[in-house]
This record gives sequence, C-alpha cells and structure tokens, in this order.
Amino acid sequence: MNAAVLQSSPETVVQKIEVKNLNFYYGGFHALKSINLGIPERKVTAFIGPSGCGKSTLLRTFNRMYALYPNQEAKGEILLDGENVLSPGQDLNRLRAKVGMVFQKPTPFPMSIYDNIAFGVRLYESMSSREMDERVEWALRKAALWDEVKDKLRQSGTSLSGGQQQRLCIARGIAVKPEVLLLDEPASALDPISTGRIEELVHELKTDYTIVIVTHNMQQAARVSDYTAYMYLGEMVEFGVTDEVFIKPKKKETEDYITGRFG
Amino acid sequence: MNLYARRLFLNRFNLLVSLFTMLFGLFWLGWILLTLFEAGFRALTPDLFLRMTPPPGSTGGLLNAISGSLFMAAAGTLLGTPIGIMAGIYLAEFGGRGWLAPVTRFINDILLSAPSIVIGLFIYEIYVVNVRHFSAWAGIMALALIVIPVVIRTTENMLRLVPDSLREAAVALGAPQWKVITLVTVRAAKAGIITGILLAVARISGETAPLLFTALNNQFWSLNMNAPMANLPVVIFQFAMSPYENWQHLAWSGALLITLSVLALNIFARVVFRNKTPVY
Repeated sequence: MNAAVLQSSPETVVQKIEVKNLNFYYGGFHALKSINLGIPERKVTAFIGPSGCGKSTLLRTFNRMYALYPNQEAKGEILLDGENVLSPGQDLNRLRAKVGMVFQKPTPFPMSIYDNIAFGVRLYESMSSREMDERVEWALRKAALWDEVKDKLRQSGTSLSGGQQQRLCIARGIAVKPEVLLLDEPASALDPISTGRIEELVHELKTDYTIVIVTHNMQQAARVSDYTAYMYLGEMVEFGVTDEVFIKPKKKETEDYITGRFG
Repeated sequence: MNLYARRLFLNRFNLLVSLFTMLFGLFWLGWILLTLFEAGFRALTPDLFLRMTPPPGSTGGLLNAISGSLFMAAAGTLLGTPIGIMAGIYLAEFGGRGWLAPVTRFINDILLSAPSIVIGLFIYEIYVVNVRHFSAWAGIMALALIVIPVVIRTTENMLRLVPDSLREAAVALGAPQWKVITLVTVRAAKAGIITGILLAVARISGETAPLLFTALNNQFWSLNMNAPMANLPVVIFQFAMSPYENWQHLAWSGALLITLSVLALNIFARVVFRNKTPVY
C-alpha cells in the first residue's frame, strides 16, 4: 500500500508512522486484522468507516492508549521514526508527549484555562513564567481561541462552551509541541461553525504536525485530509490519496460506503 | 373501570401512601427536635460555654466537654482522613486488577456498618487494657477508625464519577499516573471528597459508644492526651441518667449543641459544594 501512495503522489513522501502487520485484541475479540499502513509526515490522514470498524482502535495504538486497560493487546509493529512503539521497553510517557491526542468529547481539566494549557508543558519543560505566558498565548492562537479567552485565562476551563472547550483541548495538545497529533472524531459533538473552525485549524496545523483524524463524516474527511484509509470490520480495505479514494476508489466496498449505498 | 382510570387511581393512591409515610417519618423527627429544643434551650446560658461540668447540686457548664469533643473530633478526623483518602485513591485508581482491592472494599464495607460500640471495645482491648488507663489518645483512635471507612467509601465513589475520558486526556499528554491522580482526578472530585469528610465529622461528633470505653470522661479541664478527656456524648450519657436535675438540664443542652452543630455541618457541606463539581 505504501507503494500505491508513492505512485499516486509525485512528491516524495516521508513515512512518519509505519504500521506493519498489526493485530489488536480486546480480550478474545480480534478487532484489528493484519493492518499495514504508512502515515505520511506533515500530512493529514483520515480514517473512515462504519462504527465498530476499528478506526479509533487503530488510532489508540499509536500512543498506546489501550495500555491503560487490562485485556487489551496489540501485536505487530508500529514504527514511529523507525522505532517500534509497541516494544515493551517503550517509555509510554515520552511516547505520549511526542504523539498528542484529542478526543471526541471535550475534556477540559478542572483548572483554569491557562493551567489547562500549561499542564502538559510543565511535565517536560521547565521555563520562566514569561516563556510560559508566551507558550500559552502561542498555543491558544494556533487553536484560534486566543481572542475569545485572552481576558479570562484565570477562569475555569469548564466554563467555556463545547466548541471552545474542544479548541482548548487542541491548544493543550499542541502546546507540548508533539510531532504527531491524533484526532479522534474531534468535531462530532460540535455545531457546524465550531466544526468549520476545527477543520481550518487542522488545515493550518499540518504544516508543522503529522495529523491522523478519525471521522464519521465523509465530507469532513474529503475536506481536510490528504490521505484516506477506509476500514471495515477490522481490516484496511483501501488506503490512498484522498481525491482518488473519493473520486475513483479501487475497491467496490469503498465505493459503496462513500456513495452511501451501504452503511 | 377501564385501564386508564385504573392507572390514574393507582397513581393517586400510591402517591397518597408515599405522602403519608413521609409525614409519619417527619412527625417523629419533628417531635424529637421539638422536645430537644424545648428542654435544651432552657439550660442554654452563657455559663454553658464558660464553666466546667459541676458536681451534683451546684451550677456549671459544659466547657471541658465542648472543648474535649471539638479536640478529639478534630484529631480523629486529622488522623483518619489522610488514610481514608489514600486508600480510596488506591481502590478507585489502582483497584482494577488483582484481588487486593475487592477484598479491601469488602472489609471496608463491613467496617462502615460495624456498630460503633464494637470499635470502642476494640480500642479498649488493644490499647486501653495495655496502657491500663483511659485516655484522649484512645478516644481519638476510636473516632479515627470510624472516620476511615466513611472517607474511603466517599473518596472511591467520587473518583469513580470522574470520567475515564479525563484520565485519558491527561495520560495522552504524557503525564505520569501520580500526576494524573493528584492534579486532575482528585481535583475533579475535590468537592465530593470534602463533603465526605464533613459528613464523617458529623458522624463522629455524636458518637458515645466508642468514647465510653476509651476517653471515658473527666470532670475537670484537661488537655493531657494520656488522661481521660471530657466529651459531650459521654457527659450527656452520664448526666441524663443521673437523678440530679441540674445535670439533666445540662445533658439536654449538650444534646442540643451536638444536634445544632451536626445540622450546621450538614447544611454547610451541602450548600458550599453545591454545583461546584463540573459536569462532563
């Protein structure tokens, strides 16, 4: 499949993440079946597919979020810059500092807007309060939230609206300057205006970050992503350049899903 | 009678029965409070807060008992709360795997519903008998043993209410587990945990049985931790049973004081932390 990507895009693509023969189990349930995939650096890659197809599961293997829960197990290889993140010796906290994640539901911490952003930064960097102020402003500006919250940085993060909370979570994710940003249906709980803002944001962020987004919304995948992967029942059905996947998919299953004949 | 009319009737009937049972319960509570207020306020004078417990037949107050109660309740809470909070954190945050957490939880539930007199006897047996005298320390230990299971239970329950998505969000930033717990989950559950502590304080401030075999009582002012210490519940118990009228009056006032302070604490806990827990 990597070959397919390389063929269809003239520019050279660097693989940030390479997934090799990945299998995932929830206890006895085989949720991901022999996934092979290359996530290109500084591009937006979208995972689409019906509910339960394993797209979120796949996303959660990249930062080993599944390791929080007993009975969840991944087998295979996930290479991040050539280093296997599934190896037992992997420092999970370091990995997660490098691979940020934003969730479906906004999850502001029970602290001020400022501290929400500073929380992650303080974990791995020590800086003066002036530098921290600058970092917080930078992250909030990146997330297009600065103008709305600059006068109330000391207020609770939970006092914001849903859309603002989600942008706060994105700002929190990028404030630690990760290399990869995983977005798990980041706009599914938001109104169209907030969704639009977040899509613009994704578009801007890809100049600096490798972004992987899981979405139920095919228009959204078409709008924001450079590459699209269609998954069904734990298998990777098709992966390629977004335009090609949407305009002339190679597999009939993909076409059926995209045109809405199935679902 | 058709089905709809039958349902309407049943609905009204059940509502009426519920209302009646509520009134029945409230009636006795009201009667208890009325009696308490009537008898308690009669002896409620400044002397109550300024003078020591008197010998039979003379006048006095409850100063030594009030201060002893406040002191032992505070010390018992200070001793029991950290243990309770830490154990509650263990159960909620680390208790997912293995057998230790379920066993601890089961034993804690037994401790939670253990009659307080058993706790008093337990401290009597392991401490008072060995040092051969009643003491404030023994009373504090008994009270702490009552505080611990209450705080464990509320801490665990409140932490369980914190959604996993919040933990995941903190973990996703690369935060080590101890920081996730101290900076995010405990903070999110703070209001509930503090309410639990206040309710534990309310619970121990009226307990007689655990103090009867441990701190006993003291007619005089004493801050000696290794000597018996006066406290409201035991004073009430002794004075109320006595044939002396002034002692009986003081017992009523003491009971009123405890009731009012527990009531104030409950109201405080509920009002101050109302709507403070963020909704996710």
